[in-house]
Amino acid sequence: MNTPRQDLPDEHIDALYHEVHINTGGETIHAKRAPGRFRTIKNYTMLVWLFLFLGPYMRWDGKQAIMFDIPGRQFHIFDITILPQDVWMLALVLLFFALLLAAVTSIAGRVFCGYFCFQTVWTDVFTWLDEKFEGPPLKRRKLDHAPWTFEKIRIKVAKHTIWILIGLLTGISFTLWFGDAPTLWKEYLTLQAPLFAWITVGTFTFFTYVFAGFMREQVCFWLCPYARLQGMMYDCETILPTYDYHRGEPRGKLKKKADDSGQKLGDCIDCRQCVAVCPTGIDIRDGQQEGCITCALCIDACDVIMDKIKRPRGLIRYASLDEMEGKPQLPLLKRPRVLVYFGIMLFSIAGIIYGLNTLGTLELKALHERQPLFVMQSDGSIQNKYVLKILNKTDKKMQVAVSASGHPDLKLVGAEEPLTLPKGRVSPHTVYVRIPNAKLERDTLPIYFRVQDITTPDHVVEYKSMFFGPKK
Amino acid sequence: MSDKKTNQVGDTGHVWDDNLRELLNEPPRWWMISFYASIAWVVVYFILYPAIPLVNGYTKGIMGWTQIKEYKEDLQKIEQVRAPWENKIKGMTPAAILADSELTNYTVSSAKVLFGDRCAACHGAGGAGNPGFPVLADDDWLFGGTVDAIQESIAAGRQGMMPGFKDQLSEKEIDELTDFVMALSQGNGDSQPAGKALFDGAGCSGCHGADGKGMHMMGAPNLTDGIWRFASQDQRASVRYTIAHGVNTGEKDARNAVMPSFENQLSKTDIVKLTVYVHELGGGQ
Repeated sequence: MNTPRQDLPDEHIDALYHEVHINTGGETIHAKRAPGRFRTIKNYTMLVWLFLFLGPYMRWDGKQAIMFDIPGRQFHIFDITILPQDVWMLALVLLFFALLLAAVTSIAGRVFCGYFCFQTVWTDVFTWLDEKFEGPPLKRRKLDHAPWTFEKIRIKVAKHTIWILIGLLTGISFTLWFGDAPTLWKEYLTLQAPLFAWITVGTFTFFTYVFAGFMREQVCFWLCPYARLQGMMYDCETILPTYDYHRGEPRGKLKKKADDSGQKLGDCIDCRQCVAVCPTGIDIRDGQQEGCITCALCIDACDVIMDKIKRPRGLIRYASLDEMEGKPQLPLLKRPRVLVYFGIMLFSIAGIIYGLNTLGTLELKALHERQPLFVMQSDGSIQNKYVLKILNKTDKKMQVAVSASGHPDLKLVGAEEPLTLPKGRVSPHTVYVRIPNAKLERDTLPIYFRVQDITTPDHVVEYKSMFFGPKK
Repeated sequence: MSDKKTNQVGDTGHVWDDNLRELLNEPPRWWMISFYASIAWVVVYFILYPAIPLVNGYTKGIMGWTQIKEYKEDLQKIEQVRAPWENKIKGMTPAAILADSELTNYTVSSAKVLFGDRCAACHGAGGAGNPGFPVLADDDWLFGGTVDAIQESIAAGRQGMMPGFKDQLSEKEIDELTDFVMALSQGNGDSQPAGKALFDGAGCSGCHGADGKGMHMMGAPNLTDGIWRFASQDQRASVRYTIAHGVNTGEKDARNAVMPSFENQLSKTDIVKLTVYVHELGGGQ
């Protein structure tokens, strides 16, 4: 077996201490695509985005299964209809995903970036097209520098057309979530879609084309706020694609001839395959760095080389900083950070479950008339005027009985007959409350309105308001 | 990378504070693109929109855009939104509108501005009333609280009349009458027999009714409730003044209480809308 040998020690040391290269996008990264374990995983995880494209076509009860009807102010998710009044749950959904992101990051690094993020996924698809149209990285670089021949134009035009089509499909698919998919498609094909839809599609197409086609890793480096936050979620127990420098260093080129200089070299043969496959163009051997999206493609590349030179796999592997330092590793459930993250996630899930179970059918608000606050009636009673804003969340008209309480001599006027509520929206109803002035002990007192569905008495809401009278 | 570049470019020779040099770096391309795009934008804007002031007038721009035109177009859009409702209301009576809760809601919302412009100066926002001007939100009406009466009040205006009694009655008699009216409002008019005799004898009951409950036809207020047409901190003095000097007699010191007519100022539909609005303030009958 050949022994790796360090043939250029000076240069090697220089390389170790050379000024850190900053990727500012001046160069196009043509990463090599190589098969491997993590490549396969990424291929599967990328598929979650098919949901963006296929989701809008799901039907449920003859309607679109998931639709975010913004003009109608209703979200339909299968059987559930969410009105603006319930949108507080959206905050919990966002909280859950934010914490999921944090928890996953603290356990296994930028899993989202590496395997799920639309930026890296779309970029991956676009570079796959690069390879299909222009060939492997070497050929692509050559083509970039080649003069504009007919052949080059043909290849470039074809590739960019496909890119734009993908962008267009992305934009259209996005808008389909906000309207009836078949109707919207018909409107797109007959060029009759609403202006706002066109603007959205145009924006998405443009940014898909520019971000996935040209800016690529620059988005991760300079635009993405999330990339900046992640460092805070890492700790010494976070497992990340890590170069095992104990094993690898000192690195050196593999020599064909046996060398008896006596110097023992590490397992890294400095083949630079890990750099060649990196989509953000970094060198993982420089250690943990902001450019690493933890896609683990360097692990795949290195494993292939290790197999070839008959060394154990894992010179680059998922490992924590503690593991590299030979420190004992804390079990997952003893890491406070992870526990806190999961605690908050449980809280938000509990909140969403509670919210979905108590969506209710009715909502009530009573607006007290302030001009005038109260009037004296000719029978000596004090009258307050209220506008009851009643939301009927069901999809049918509803008959409700209104009552008020809060004073023994209170009289409710204007709701003697049951009120009819139109479906799915708020309707205002004016009512008056009268209390004899002589019976009022204070100038303000709380009043409780109660609205009850006549056919289903379980559906009931209460609202507390105030009654105002003359100063006592 | 930028450091490497700066090392290659020269400077203007302008050095200050020992080592600060003004370099000959080109501005970034994105910046120059924005710069030229801004210039192009200005040129296009000047061609399309009113821009350059001239001695008599200004350049109009080829789009013919003006602020007032945009305002009118926006107004038209709003009227289009309102049109279905307005067309329905046109020709309807207030009673017919009130029978439909959707139409009532629309009318109340759209008449709010009308009320603010035409009525609120005296009657207060929301019909809360003002000193000397009746509250419209209660159920105490001088000329009646039915829709027809309210519509009549708005369209034709109202002017009640009450003679002053300072020449017919002595000071003492006016005091007695005042005491009776004050007692009446508390429900014990019988405690003032002298005043009651004057009330019947001097002709008060002709308008205010034998029981003092008032008469809508004359606009004579109900004296038995606690609501005063001319409410005041010192209510007794106010009542006494009204009895002595009267209302709308034409005399200089008489009380003045005139509701103007809006027939010639407002369209029929507007009057109908206001009727509905006033009716819905809280006291409509």
